[in-house]
Amino acid sequence: MDYMSLESFFQHLANGISLGSLYALLAIGYTMVYGILRLINFAHGDIFMLGIYFGFYAVSRFFLPWWIGFIVAILLTGIIGILIERLAYRPLRDSPRISVMISAIGVSFFIENLAVVIFGGKPKSFPNIGIFSKVVKIGSVTLTSVSLYIPIVTMVLLIGLLYIVNHTKTGMAMRAVSKDYEAARLMAINVNSIITITFGIGSVMAAVGGVMWGLRYPSMIPLMGLMPGLKCFIAAVVGGIGDIKGAVIGGFILGLGEIMLVAFLPSLSGYRDAFAFVLLIVILLFKPTGIMGQNTVEKV
Amino acid sequence: MEINKKKRLMTLIAIGLFLVIIVIFNKTFDSYKMRIFNLCGIYVILALGLNLINGFTGLFSLGHAGFMAVGAYTSALLTMSPDMKEMNFFMKPIVPFLANVEVPFYIALLMGGIMAGLAGFLIGAPVLRLRDDYLAIATLGFGEIIRIIFTNTQSLTNGALGLKGLPNTTNVWWSWGIAIVCIIFMVFLIKGSYGRAFKAIREDEIAAQAMGINLFKHKILAFTIGSFLAGIGGALLAHLLGTIDPLMFRFILTFNIVLIVVLGGIGSITGTVISAVVVTTLMEVLRVLDGSMNFGFIKIAAIPGLRMVVFSALLMIVILFYQQGLMGTNEFTWDWFIDRKKRKKVS
Repeated sequence: MDYMSLESFFQHLANGISLGSLYALLAIGYTMVYGILRLINFAHGDIFMLGIYFGFYAVSRFFLPWWIGFIVAILLTGIIGILIERLAYRPLRDSPRISVMISAIGVSFFIENLAVVIFGGKPKSFPNIGIFSKVVKIGSVTLTSVSLYIPIVTMVLLIGLLYIVNHTKTGMAMRAVSKDYEAARLMAINVNSIITITFGIGSVMAAVGGVMWGLRYPSMIPLMGLMPGLKCFIAAVVGGIGDIKGAVIGGFILGLGEIMLVAFLPSLSGYRDAFAFVLLIVILLFKPTGIMGQNTVEKV
Repeated sequence: MEINKKKRLMTLIAIGLFLVIIVIFNKTFDSYKMRIFNLCGIYVILALGLNLINGFTGLFSLGHAGFMAVGAYTSALLTMSPDMKEMNFFMKPIVPFLANVEVPFYIALLMGGIMAGLAGFLIGAPVLRLRDDYLAIATLGFGEIIRIIFTNTQSLTNGALGLKGLPNTTNVWWSWGIAIVCIIFMVFLIKGSYGRAFKAIREDEIAAQAMGINLFKHKILAFTIGSFLAGIGGALLAHLLGTIDPLMFRFILTFNIVLIVVLGGIGSITGTVISAVVVTTLMEVLRVLDGSMNFGFIKIAAIPGLRMVVFSALLMIVILFYQQGLMGTNEFTWDWFIDRKKRKKVS
């Protein structure tokens, strides 16, 4: 490998890491909800989309300072995530899983179509915020500063989340609910409030990811949540669904893989979106529980 | 025996009546209404295919649009005249072995179905080992992959530009004729031993296996037949619209068919047929929601997209409050019909 290609390799690596961090943030939401409810939250990608739009409206329509705007957007998105669980998933708690999944698909389409009606179908452009759009040069790698902040924010959130899950009472309750629902209820854990908290955390993560996505890829449309949503579910499966660290690993694998595919095999760049699905199928066939997943025994 | 003969006669009369209705519609409807009527028939075929997989066998598949694309492209490439192909493929010439092919519609239709069925078989063989959500997401993935491949194989499918100028062969006789054949086929399939095996797998996979049902064989059979029907439906749709492109076959198309199946009742042929007709018609009728409305005293500006909001809300309401859909797993039978008549007489 000569010097030039090594240079471009680091450039792609940096891009891949920042994309992978965004995927990781979304994948965490999927993995937490799946761990507890055994449900693919199809609406997660749309919650992410709402995060971007709320950020956009807060900053460029309500003229809030960017950090207040982002906090408002993230909190609003979290509330919507909780509302979705209340209205669309909780009534189906004891129904067959197929009904819950159809409900999830229904929510996803409802949000998307409502977003088209409210926000308009035309692409909008995320505002340019000074401190995020500075150009940074590290050695020969050129980045906008937001690409640097993204992995840092992801890591901070990940550490915080792991602390909550592993060292707090709430986290212990979460782990208990994900292991056994009924037993957790018998141990006087309020299952519903734990699920609400899970959805809240997952949606907030998605919103943070969304706002940063908007800063990095400014063009936005109401249907933009669909593809990242599917891909990040795949990232969660690849990492071993239900495992938070696995979700982050899966997100990075997906982000880096996508960028490297386009970088090193430009003739396949049209197949970029297919990469995730091929990865999913390969993983499911060879290690159905994902990289970090434990084997589960089928009970009759 | 006597009763069975009578029922068979009633079925034949009902089919005959329906054919008369088709003739009347064919004479009196304008081309716009005819197109909706055709669409109804096509959606009946598509929804029956999906219901066989999702409803009767309990495999939640979300890849229907991908198989439709396979059928649509296969039959389009087979029926287009060589001149038309040359006009379409101006960016990159078409692969030589397809350039001069032109076959009658029924062969192309069958080939579309077979290719889709083959795709279903090839995809189903590895992924049907997965269950529930994993299967859903894997089939969704394959549906998208098919679309992405079709977007990128320019010399085979003309890529994102799509194909224009397909012969508009689909008419009511094709769409509803095949739909009726489909309904009859499904009724026999579900009543027979295969159908019972499918339902057993749906209810409890492990128990079904313990009873000696070959899970893989039955799952792949249901999946392949479903894909075959998707291919036929896709081909009919292509030849109804006269133009196709990869964007047509996005996930939202699968969503429409899932909507029909859920509203009709997951696991009911009758429900599927009724809801296919009702939903397809509503989808067109409710287009007024997208346009501006004028009630005389109040005018509402056009809200594009409102129709789809209404439809997704409808799906949510049904799944939240009325899970079994219109018919649940029940079917229309003459017994039910006769019983009702009797009950009316008594009261």
